[in-house]
Parts: sequence; C-alpha cells; structure tokens
Amino acid sequence: MITKKKVENIAKLARLGLSEKEKEKFSKELSAILEFINKLNEINVNKIEPTAQVTGLENVSRKDSSIKKTKEETDKLLSLSPDTKDRHVKVKAIL
Amino acid sequence: MKLDKLTIKQANQGLKKKEFSSVELTEAVLDRIKKRNKEINAYLTISEELALNQAKRVDRKIKNKEEINILEGIPLAVKDAILVDGIRCTAASKILENYIAPYDATVIKKLKKAGAVFVGKTNLDEFAMGASGENSAFRLTRNPHDLERVPGGSSSGSAAAIADNQAIYALGSDTGGSIRQPSSMCGIVGLKTTYGRVSRYGLIAHASSLDQIGPMTKTVEDARIVFDAIKGKDIKDSTTMDSQNEESKIKIKDLKIGIPKEYFVKGIDPDVEKIVKKAINKYEKMGAKVMEVSLPHAEYALACYYIIMPAEVSTNLARYDGIRYGLSEKGENLLEGYLKTKQKGFGDEVTRRIMMGTYVLSAGYYDAYYLRAQKVRTLIKQDFNDVFKKVDVLMGPVSPTPAFKIGEKMDDPISMYLNDIYTISANLAGIPAISIPAGKIENLPVGLQIMGNQFDDEKILQVAKFYENKNL
Repeated sequence: MITKKKVENIAKLARLGLSEKEKEKFSKELSAILEFINKLNEINVNKIEPTAQVTGLENVSRKDSSIKKTKEETDKLLSLSPDTKDRHVKVKAIL
Repeated sequence: MKLDKLTIKQANQGLKKKEFSSVELTEAVLDRIKKRNKEINAYLTISEELALNQAKRVDRKIKNKEEINILEGIPLAVKDAILVDGIRCTAASKILENYIAPYDATVIKKLKKAGAVFVGKTNLDEFAMGASGENSAFRLTRNPHDLERVPGGSSSGSAAAIADNQAIYALGSDTGGSIRQPSSMCGIVGLKTTYGRVSRYGLIAHASSLDQIGPMTKTVEDARIVFDAIKGKDIKDSTTMDSQNEESKIKIKDLKIGIPKEYFVKGIDPDVEKIVKKAINKYEKMGAKVMEVSLPHAEYALACYYIIMPAEVSTNLARYDGIRYGLSEKGENLLEGYLKTKQKGFGDEVTRRIMMGTYVLSAGYYDAYYLRAQKVRTLIKQDFNDVFKKVDVLMGPVSPTPAFKIGEKMDDPISMYLNDIYTISANLAGIPAISIPAGKIENLPVGLQIMGNQFDDEKILQVAKFYENKNL
C-alpha cells in the first residue's frame, strides 16, 4: 500500500510538485501497481546474480581528454537555456 | 502511379529509371500528409523545407548520372524522440514543447549520409511511455484502419504514417514493445533489434538498458535495408557493438520454430490466436519444423519490467529541471522552480513512472524490488538462452488484442500495461524481435512476432521474408 504520506515522500525525493487531488489519485494507482509487481515475491531468487545490462560488454572506455566544441555548437546549447548571463547558465542561489 | 504507396525498393528503382524525381516522390508524400494529418495526427512537425532541399540535391545527382544509394532521395518519418539537428523535438511532452534539437542522433547522421529525405517528426506517447499513443501531451493519433481506435504505442505516429502512406518508411523506438505493438495494430513491419546493434545516441532516453531504435516499414525487405543503414558500433554509445554474423543463410527446411506455450494462455483474444497459429502453420507447410517450448519465467516479465523500467525512468528524467533547457517555471527558490516545472511539464503516466521508480530505488525498498527484479531478469534471459539451444526462432503473438477503442484503457494503467505482455521479454533479454502482418480481424490488422537469439537480427529478418515471399 502506498499511502498519501508515502506519495508525499516519494514526490519530495523526485522533486515533483503534486496537488492534493493528484496525491490521492497516485496513492490509489501506485498501490495497484505495487500489488501487481509484488508477483515477483513468488520466485526464489537465492543465488541468482542480478542482470544490469545484457550486452556482456565491460569497461568500455575512451581516452581521458576533452572534446572541443565549436562556438556554433555551444551557442546552440546556450540558446536552449531559459536564462543565461555572460555565456553561462543562470541558476537561482542555492545557499 | 501513386508514389506515396511505394516501398523503399520500388521507389529506388523508379528513381534510378527516372520514372519520377525525388522531388515528385517527396511532394506526393507531403501532399498525403497535408491531406490526412488533421484526421490521423501522425505528425507533430512537418519539415517540408528540409525535405525538399534534400530531394533537390538527390535529383541533381541523378541528373549528373551519379550512382545513388538505396535510401537516397526517399522520404522517411522520424519518431519525435530522435534528434534531427535544427528541427523541434518534443518527445510529445510539454516539458520539451519548444526544444530545438542541437545535433543529429547517430542514426540520423547515418541516414543523412545515405541521402535520406526527412519529411517530419511523428507523434508518440509522452517520452515513449504508453501503449496507445493517447499519452501524447499534444494530439491523439488515430488508427488509419479504424478512426475510432488507437494505433498502438508508443511509436503511434510512425506506425500510423506508414499504414496511411504518409512516408515511405519510418524510425521508431522500442523499450517494451513500442515498435512492434503499433506495427501489429497498424498492419506494418516493425523491427526491434538486438540491444546494442543500433546506437541510442540522440534518442531521448526512456529506460536506457532497454531502449532500441528500429525500422518501421511496409515490407520485411525494406526493414532489412533500413537496419543495414543504421546499425553498427558507435563511439558515442558505449553499449553498441558490431555483430560477428551479419548474414543468415538458413533454409526453410532446416528451420526449427519454437512456440512458447506460455504465450497462448488466457488473456489472448481467440481471433488473434487463430491468426497467429495459421501463420505458424504456413511455415510448417513450407517445410519448417514446429515444436512447443517453454519459457518458465514468462509470466514474471511484466512485473519485472515495471520495476526496472521506472527505476531507469526516474533517473533519466531527473535531468528535466528547467535549468539548462526545456520548460522552466520560476519559483521563489530553486526547489520551488523544480516542483513547478515538473508539475506543469510532465503528464500523468510520466509522473507515475518517475514516482514508481523513485520508490523502488529508495532506501529500504531497493533490495526488495529493484535488486529482486534484476535477478528475475537473469532468469528471463536464461530461459531464452536455454530455448535457443533447441530452436532457431520463436513465434507468437505481438499483442493479446487488435487495436482497441480510444479511451478504453486510459483510466486503468494496469490494463494498459498488459498490452506489452508478449513484447517486454525481448527487451529484458536484449534479443531481436520483429512484428509482421499476419492477418486481420474484420478490418483490424494482427501481427506475428518472430523472436531470435541475441545478434540473430539478420536471421529473423530472413525468416520473416519467407512468410512475406509466400504471401505476396
């Protein structure tokens, strides 16, 4: 069961804003989904290794050097930002 | 000749023989889009100017008697979750409503090099999360075979566009069935490749250990052409690799087909079952050997997926914070800005998945849900490893039902999730699978799913072609 209080806690962790009505709605819906995924408790998974990826590739690396971007490329990225100052992305004060 | 109806192969031959120009072909497709998009809503953005410029360039090459590539001058549609430099890319989400892609996805770069013509970006469920297309934040795509029904999803617009001749071919992406299920419901061919054979660079991330881009086409032959053009190792996606066996020469007489008995239990529409079994029967008549097999953990795939996928969603979508790009709602402080941006920007299904993922990854629940699901994923993969020691391919349904009515499943997330019950395992195991048209229930198409062992993409394409050749 995912109570309204739990919904509030999850939303806080995920930085999601929710209305009171949405909290009620998601409490109901997420509880139903949770009940559904609890099906996995039927299986014995002792001694089974977890799978995080299926390719079998390991430690794919590249040379530790920066990739130079042209001004045209950086301009495009900056133009997507909602707020900039002197070619920097502007953020509200954190502290 | 109705140019919009052509396949890639036919269009290529026509261009080579100068029966028509690339501009004429592109205009025929654009005319069809303009005529039909108000009703079908397959497209979110039409890139007419880009398309005509690309077509003109190809026509100049043809005029100068230069050789043209198989895809050169042929118009395609791209799911609006794949970036095309300079063209708006929304993922059908309000949070990216005004986002202009700043670079090309690797698959787009490859297709541009091959001379492709980009006519537009197709509708989808928001962030590719859904099985009906109804989760698009902008418009509802309708199934061209029945306007009261959904086209399937999440690659809803790409499937509807191909079924309605609004492009010669399309790209989709598949995380749990999002290429195959709409392909089945719209009566086209859709290929989900082995995880790692096609680069994900420039695909807006949904669940990264499951996502794959793939072709959606009118024929199996075309799917192979597009796959060959987009596949291969990419330095920008470190999960990609080249395959060692890029050709399949299996003969129908040597083909061993496995029928997973778990795919024909309660829940499947009896008419879907009949069509799928009839298609398999045709293979048997052609000389293939058919045998029943078992995937003992198949019944756990959906629950496993609905833990792993949301977990990855919750991390991937944390980037939409309104700071570097996308919708940005102002707040009194940083936190309030985040809360408002996400509340306004994300639809219900996206919010549900972020919350579910956050929950299963949170302290105290990680072992019980996420780690357990990863272990079950091992068992599901093991099932396939075992079964492919005995058979070459597996065959079964794509989706338990044909296209359903608009609105029918929107209030019940779990009944919507059940649509993917036969497609999800291939993503969890990273194996290739294709949907090909197998028949119709009245006017509603039903697909046959063919699954292969990891890296056997070419083999399943060849096996699918046996059926296509027989039914031409």
